[in-house]
Amino acid sequence: METKSAAITRKKERRSDLYRKLGPLVALIILMLIVTIMNVNFIRPANLLNLLRQVSVNALIAFGMTFVIITGGIDLSVGSTLALSSALTAGIIGIGVPPVLAIIAGLLTGAFLGMINGLLITKGNVAPFIGTLATMTIYRGLTLVYTQGNPITGFGGGFAFQFFGRGYLFGIPFPVIITTVAFMILFVVLHKMTFGRKTFAIGGNEQAAYIAGIKSDRVKTSVYAISGMMSALAGLILTSRLNSAQPTAGTAYELDAIAAVVIGGTSLAGGKGRIVGTLIGALIIGTLNNGLNLLGVSSFYQQVVRGVVIIIAVLLDRKK
Amino acid sequence: MQVKMKGITKAFGENKVLRGVDFSLEAGEVHALMGENGAGKSTLMNILTGLHKKDSGEVWIDGEETLYANPKEAEEQGVSFIHQEMITWPDMTVLENMFMGKEVQNKMGWIQNKAMEKQAEAVFNELGIDIAFDRLMKTLSVGQQQLVEIAKTLLNDAAIIIMDEPTAALTDREIRTLFTIIRQLKEKGVAFVYISHRMEEIFEISDRVTVMRDGVSISTKKTTDTSYDEIVKHMVGRDLEDYYPQMDNQPGEPLLEVKKLSHLPAYEGVSFTLHAGEILGFSGLMGAGRTEIMRGIFGIDPTDEGELYLDGDKIDISSPSDAVKRGIGFLTEDRKSEGLILDFSVKDNISLTAFEEFSTKGWIDTKEEEAFVDLLIKRLTVKTANMELPVGALSGGNQQKVVLAKWIGAGSRVLILDEPTRGVDVGAKREIYNLMKELAERGVGIIMVSSDLPEVIGVSNRVLVVHEGTISGELSRDELSEERIMTLATGGK
Repeated sequence: METKSAAITRKKERRSDLYRKLGPLVALIILMLIVTIMNVNFIRPANLLNLLRQVSVNALIAFGMTFVIITGGIDLSVGSTLALSSALTAGIIGIGVPPVLAIIAGLLTGAFLGMINGLLITKGNVAPFIGTLATMTIYRGLTLVYTQGNPITGFGGGFAFQFFGRGYLFGIPFPVIITTVAFMILFVVLHKMTFGRKTFAIGGNEQAAYIAGIKSDRVKTSVYAISGMMSALAGLILTSRLNSAQPTAGTAYELDAIAAVVIGGTSLAGGKGRIVGTLIGALIIGTLNNGLNLLGVSSFYQQVVRGVVIIIAVLLDRKK
Repeated sequence: MQVKMKGITKAFGENKVLRGVDFSLEAGEVHALMGENGAGKSTLMNILTGLHKKDSGEVWIDGEETLYANPKEAEEQGVSFIHQEMITWPDMTVLENMFMGKEVQNKMGWIQNKAMEKQAEAVFNELGIDIAFDRLMKTLSVGQQQLVEIAKTLLNDAAIIIMDEPTAALTDREIRTLFTIIRQLKEKGVAFVYISHRMEEIFEISDRVTVMRDGVSISTKKTTDTSYDEIVKHMVGRDLEDYYPQMDNQPGEPLLEVKKLSHLPAYEGVSFTLHAGEILGFSGLMGAGRTEIMRGIFGIDPTDEGELYLDGDKIDISSPSDAVKRGIGFLTEDRKSEGLILDFSVKDNISLTAFEEFSTKGWIDTKEEEAFVDLLIKRLTVKTANMELPVGALSGGNQQKVVLAKWIGAGSRVLILDEPTRGVDVGAKREIYNLMKELAERGVGIIMVSSDLPEVIGVSNRVLVVHEGTISGELSRDELSEERIMTLATGGK
């Protein structure tokens, strides 16, 4: 009797697992087909590469956000972290620091800002939503202070920095390559390494994970540091592409990142999720933006459509 | 009220949970319903209260064939089910909880607190309980919450109250209060269905006992006409002559020494030595501080003072990860909230404590991990279709084995087991005892905290009794008896 009911549960589990894995991918393919039928220009390689480049910024932030959300947390400060680390990078390039060093400094700044979030949440026992809401305005404010509210432009940065956001390698935009590499690394960390397993364990049942000997504070702080670093990386691409660091850069980016994670099937309750899903989620949002632009839909309507897509994704997820 | 259920059957999908069950309940009786987990007790009661629809069979109430549409209707007709996991609103008051969904309102729709208080007071007086109506539910002890639940059923003039494992989380004093109230209500003709695994309680409170097994009612007898052995035999379908294995493990060298451990107000000056290969029982009333002592040793909660020695060397433990590194394992009292990650697979739960066994520099070798887990599943005979099944889908006994597998996999030399057989059926209990014996024979030192006296006496080499946060006595195996333990546990000499 027990084995039979177990077999049924297993079957159900497997089926829902399959939906969870394939659902977002099928949605992406259908969406791309629809857009192609309505405007064949969509499927041209030039447009697709352009789409991937547009997606890379949100995808990078969303990868970090996936880790945070799997622990059961949230990071609202990603947009401000992006702005502050970008401004600092542009600023030090402007005063003559070599671009490669500046890039590394920018990434470390992002990781440091994320670490502060993590410490606030673990040592300070502040709820992630509140903690990162506070640092969101703090980091934004610091950006405005540092930039005096003006964009930082004309800092040059030479070939290396320009290549970061605008270069091509084998005909593929460099940001797309960065995103692909980041995806592969984070995929391995999340799904093949003990760090990822601990991340899931904390989201699944933090107390049980703690008693099993997992240093949950350390893991969580690292997870927020990853999120901060990915935001900084996204910011560097943005800054390089625009050739300017805007004090208001990244405003509301946290929303697109959270949307990508959720559309990708990661549970906001923590403990469940996949980074592949997040990639597909980011692609779905990117395809929508790109496709609606191609079709000449007003940006006002675009917002409505995006919201509707999020609701559909969540409803489909719940059906499983 | 009088209930007769005849030939009840019920299947969930292909799973036949009830296969022709007869059950009856007379006014003013306490009818114990016993059986292993999965025997169908709760399903049967859920059919009575209208949560589930029966597939076939008849339910007669007071001589009329009756079918409640849902538990709410049953409640209105005086049939209430107090579930093991009570549904309460922790941040609302006692009064709000009692009247949830049936608030007294005036014509304008305003809630009439005065009127509700009056009704609630009448019921509280009847039961002789004294809890302020404006207290938040979460500030009450589990026992008090349960009394509120009972009071709530009386607001509906309950004639039948079904209780599922009502004493699982109660202190002994609270159990006494509960029993007094059950007896009072019995006098007034209220009938109880009492679902429990605790044998002593069944014999104390019930008038009749029905034992279920595999969806069938095996026997219904007057409690005075049956015995512990007979009930167990009916529950498992075979004799259990040697329920506890022959314990011939020999304690060896001192393994873990605890010196003057204190954390006020929970416990003070706790000193004891655990030997290799020893099963050391920790007995005492609920709330005496046993669990708190263990949590202090394991580094979950801070301690004020005290020293720990492992193999004679002083060790510092400030978090569970320190304890795990030293080879100490802790099976917590609450399996679901602290022992397991319910959404995680059996494999991922077991491997959580032993990453270094199958990973190098943080990289998990999936093949090695599976082999590692497979070995433990086989060794502990965990019944699971495969290791990828979420652990929440297993029975209580198998879940407990998963927690044990986790600590055995971690290579624990000191195992702290807090209520290791709670909510575990009789068959799995025995397997757990055998495993403890096997571990002890290999030199593992085991501390077993248990409120089940026959269990403590059956498997311990030595028993320490805790009373109000201090160790009130030590009993060797030859000195063990329920009377001796209870005397020490209640502060006697």
